[in-house]
Amino acid sequence: MSRISKEEVKHVANLARLAITEEEATTFTKQLDDIITYAEQLNELDTTGIEPTTHVLDLKNVMRKDEPKKWISQEDALQNAPDKQDGQFKVPSVLE
Amino acid sequence: MSLFDYTLRELQEKLHNKEISVTDLVEESYKRIEEVDEEVQAFLTLNKEAAKKQAVELDQERGNADANLFGLPIGVKDNIVTKGLRTTAGSQFLSNFEDPLYDATVVNKLNEAKAVTIGKLNMDEFAMGSSNENSSYVAARNPWNTDYVPGGSSGGSAAAVAAGEVPYSLGSDTGGSIRQPAAYCGVVGLKPTYGRVSRFGLIAFASSLDQIGPITRNVEDNAFLLETISGHDQMDSTSADVDVPKYTDSLTGDVQGMKIAVPKEYLAEGVSPEVKEAVQAALTQYEKMGATWEEVSLPHSKYALSTYYLLSSSEASSNLARFDGVRYGKRAEDAETMLDMFMRSRAEGFGNEVKRRIMLGTFALSSGYYDAYYKKAQQVRTLIKNDFEKVFEDYDVIIGPTTPTPAFKVGDKVDDPMTMYANDILTIPVNLAGVPGISIPCGFSGDGLPIGLQIIGKHFDEATVYRAAHAFEQKTDYHKQRPSLGGARS
Repeated sequence: MSRISKEEVKHVANLARLAITEEEATTFTKQLDDIITYAEQLNELDTTGIEPTTHVLDLKNVMRKDEPKKWISQEDALQNAPDKQDGQFKVPSVLE
Repeated sequence: MSLFDYTLRELQEKLHNKEISVTDLVEESYKRIEEVDEEVQAFLTLNKEAAKKQAVELDQERGNADANLFGLPIGVKDNIVTKGLRTTAGSQFLSNFEDPLYDATVVNKLNEAKAVTIGKLNMDEFAMGSSNENSSYVAARNPWNTDYVPGGSSGGSAAAVAAGEVPYSLGSDTGGSIRQPAAYCGVVGLKPTYGRVSRFGLIAFASSLDQIGPITRNVEDNAFLLETISGHDQMDSTSADVDVPKYTDSLTGDVQGMKIAVPKEYLAEGVSPEVKEAVQAALTQYEKMGATWEEVSLPHSKYALSTYYLLSSSEASSNLARFDGVRYGKRAEDAETMLDMFMRSRAEGFGNEVKRRIMLGTFALSSGYYDAYYKKAQQVRTLIKNDFEKVFEDYDVIIGPTTPTPAFKVGDKVDDPMTMYANDILTIPVNLAGVPGISIPCGFSGDGLPIGLQIIGKHFDEATVYRAAHAFEQKTDYHKQRPSLGGARS
């Protein structure tokens, strides 16, 4: 049984904000299915009660004073922008 | 003989004694690049004008040349941001990212140490790959035989050093991306302990696994470079506030009484006979030097690959959400709506491997699958980490091969993601556990391709890893071999 259907692949691509063609959807379905099927070997292991590792180091929150610092200017921030206007990033309309 | 056959310290001495100038070194680098880079394709962007200017300036102040890397030319992997110098991470998405706003912390440290940045090094797109064939520009080649891959993702970083284009470079390692290309190209590459080196300014792939590290021609240079780039950084909350030892002091050549663990899983099926033989010979050498070794087990090794691909892809799917075509990078033309712009910019800017991993990660994190895939993988990560901790209760280092085989041919594995992923089976567990690991040359295959020995240490114990690596290097001359590329000058 396949782990992921073509419809699911299209749904995931949409969640990931990736436009994919019909042909790509077919290829990705096969490849993702292979990878997920392989990864299901993890189910051989009983992990009841095992703490998940998010980070290997024992991290604690470190606080610093909330002070304004000089970082980059508005002009600098815009220097690599594909499109800009009046000191702001310009994008196509958000509403359809 | 090339100037880059000297160690970094020897070069510094020559600079100090005025036998050579910084300009000589920088010229040497660009001359070699001109000779061989059309074949090797290690560099994506050169910093020629600025580097030559900096060389002239450094030559004028040579009297007070006490900075750590004074005048020594370096190559930097292209996922490490460099202010004003194009940074693409091997992706078309960033092909127009000509003018990054700041330097990564490691680049700041190189600048303070007065190293000269020669250029930016080729890599698999966003560090996702094991052969450099996922570079969206051109695939770098193995200097030992250009029909073969240099490994990845830091393929350019390893190939440039092996080809003598620069004496040392920086790479990054998420699942083996420094050690595997170092093994394939016959150079020395270290992935430091997670948190040892700041990740600020490293274009993130999988934040809980990524580390920047040095690639060099010998162990001493590697230790020397790590001293310079390590340390706590306010700009990276995961960088550790742990003192940085003087790693070069640990290079005593003495491994008497050192206890080595050899995981049976690392010499199992799938590891080629030539690689096994080279590792066996290395273990015999360690015995001769007074170390002892025993077989141990890291029982969860076979689950590392699955765990890694689920976790790293999940983190990548989140990290790569920033590439939206708004603030920098690629934007699809004539999009009518914002959503259309996001979807098409990403579709046009990303290559297939990147898309595949973003989708795998998005799937593993999506509602209904999170517990079954993502959380499960995090739990197995704990078991893998525990395996290492248990072995390190009784042993100083773990030794095995870096990769199951030497380099493979260009094009051989490109159509099958699962076969490609299997290259990293011996390096991935190290990232999952967060411990340091190095690859050093330990032999050659019948085809004349380098074989790498992997030495793994405890958290923040790079010193012992270096001591073991250096002692072996002292007794062998694999690291002194040079590829005959472009008429070798050795």
